[in-house]
Amino acid sequence: MAKPLVEAIAAMREEDALRIADQLLDGGEDPLLILEDCREALGVIGRRFEEGDCFIPELIMAGEMLSQISTRVKPHLKDQGKEPVKLGRVVMGTVQGDIHNIGKDIVVFMLDASGFEVQDLGVDVPPARFVEAVRQFEPQVVGLSGFLTLAYDPMRRTVEALAEAGLRSQVKVMIGGGLVDDRIRRYTGADAYGKDAAAAVALAKGFTGA
Amino acid sequence: MERPSQEPTGARKFEQWTRRWLAPEGVEFCSGGVAEAHRQRVGMLIDVIRLRKPERIPLSLATGFYPFAYAGVTGQEAMHDYGKLGYAMKKYHADFLPDTQASAMLYGPGRAFEALDYRLYHWPGHGVAPTAPYQCVEAEYMRADEYDRLINDPSGFFLREYLPRVFGALEPWKGLTPLTDIVELPFTGGALVPFGLPEVQASLRKLMEAGDEALRWAQAGGAIGNEIKATLGLPSLIGGFTKAPYDTLGDTLRGTRGIMLDKFRQPGKLLAALDRLVPLAIEMAVRWAGLGGAPVIFIPLHKGADGFLSTPDFRKFYWPTLKQVILGLVREGLVPFMFVEGGYNQRLDVIVDPDIPAGTTMWLFDQTDMREVKKRFTGWACFGGNVPASLLKAGRPEEVRDYVKRLIDDVAADGGYFLSTGAVLDDASAANVHAMLDTGREYGRYRQES
Repeated sequence: MAKPLVEAIAAMREEDALRIADQLLDGGEDPLLILEDCREALGVIGRRFEEGDCFIPELIMAGEMLSQISTRVKPHLKDQGKEPVKLGRVVMGTVQGDIHNIGKDIVVFMLDASGFEVQDLGVDVPPARFVEAVRQFEPQVVGLSGFLTLAYDPMRRTVEALAEAGLRSQVKVMIGGGLVDDRIRRYTGADAYGKDAAAAVALAKGFTGA
Repeated sequence: MERPSQEPTGARKFEQWTRRWLAPEGVEFCSGGVAEAHRQRVGMLIDVIRLRKPERIPLSLATGFYPFAYAGVTGQEAMHDYGKLGYAMKKYHADFLPDTQASAMLYGPGRAFEALDYRLYHWPGHGVAPTAPYQCVEAEYMRADEYDRLINDPSGFFLREYLPRVFGALEPWKGLTPLTDIVELPFTGGALVPFGLPEVQASLRKLMEAGDEALRWAQAGGAIGNEIKATLGLPSLIGGFTKAPYDTLGDTLRGTRGIMLDKFRQPGKLLAALDRLVPLAIEMAVRWAGLGGAPVIFIPLHKGADGFLSTPDFRKFYWPTLKQVILGLVREGLVPFMFVEGGYNQRLDVIVDPDIPAGTTMWLFDQTDMREVKKRFTGWACFGGNVPASLLKAGRPEEVRDYVKRLIDDVAADGGYFLSTGAVLDDASAANVHAMLDTGREYGRYRQES
């Protein structure tokens, strides 16, 4: 039997989803099961996105519903220790000189919702900050985002900086953005490029064996 | 609905525009040969717009900040020192000699933006590196609950809400009285009161300072354009600018996130606002039209690309008002030039709309399958683009040559086609840009058919 909360989220019925979540909480439902429903719904939306049946507005709306439901669920969460085991760690950022955040934010949201622990360095991130984050956070994957053609060289410089710091072999680097393709993957020395957020999740899963 | 294809006015007005395009005002060509080269190039552009085969495929570059990198000038310098702007633009055009001239007005007067504390963008040296291009700062400059105010009075909304948010120096304008209050003598005094407030007066002084700079910039930019015409014979292509109503709302009013959520939460208001913006978008283009003599109106398309909407939502939210803008411009004899950023593979069946008269529009594609474009566009509209930014940056000249030859083989045979980069050129290898244009010049001749 399909769960009403999963159905409402997957069908983009925001008001219904919030009402159902409230009813479940009021009825004493385990908050972790409510979050589990949210993840299940996001799985459905993610698959539709991969298959070309839904698009960025649906991802944004799903994110909006999930964040509102999490806010409601949080006060009911007693045991923080029950956090599900993460699939792996990813450092994400838009490279130096580029301040575009929309694509990067969607990738961060999808990775997070898929079970990765993501450190988001923001936009216009210099190579040294990626290096520092890799040292401290010890991710398996580094994601470099960029919308401009002028992001090509900063992507390449970031990959070089990781190598110079002796960290290149510890991480897989994936790149993405509107004007990124396999030629730019070769040019930058990245391990892979992804054409959208679903591809980024698939790559991260592949890299971490998740 | 009125069928514009049966209305002769647009065609007649286009003929008037083309006379201005062929012989732009205020340009003294340095020789008869240059004047002839200019005339030939405009002739090729008119040929492709009208879906004919010119003597050769016209060559165009969707130019961003590349001229500065190429000429060794920073974007910051070009936006502040119009001598350097002119130097870079002239060198770029002289060395590459495309068939169309990129406008020197694209980059804007840096000092004017700084005087006004412009917050909508970061520009080189101001929020981004001196060599970076300007970039929009995503935010909700119009709140979700402000649709009615925009719809009721767009100018009032801009004056008292939007401008104070995007220009720090104009924040005091939040307190201005709507100018529509000024209807009769007894109300007029009260409406003038805000202009006596010290903070409003300070903002007006800043605005005058920015205006002085903008005037200097416009004169310099116009002179640069005229000089490139007069010495190199390269015509202007872009003679004006407007936007798809959905992008006006989604780019800089509600923002990408905002408009995507509005589609679910308040679709009726979104549709009403889109309709409200149509006459403004047309009027803006008509008023600016003819800059540099060209009748082509640049319309960059953003939030309707593949992935950004479903095709049913594209049909419902994006296309109807863009189509109205296109038809409004065509009725004025202008040539809407859609820069289709990203991919439009799922949109081709929608945009090839029989209500849009054949031979009146131009379309520049990036990551759209050009063979599919050709199949649908032949006999309907002029198209070009698709030479990838990644190839021009990271490829080898022989790869560029092969790519351009294949592209020409695939899609150019029937005319109505121009060769162009698919994305805005900010960063590239000069050898690759030469390879692209040289291949177009050599391989893009139609003589075998004539």
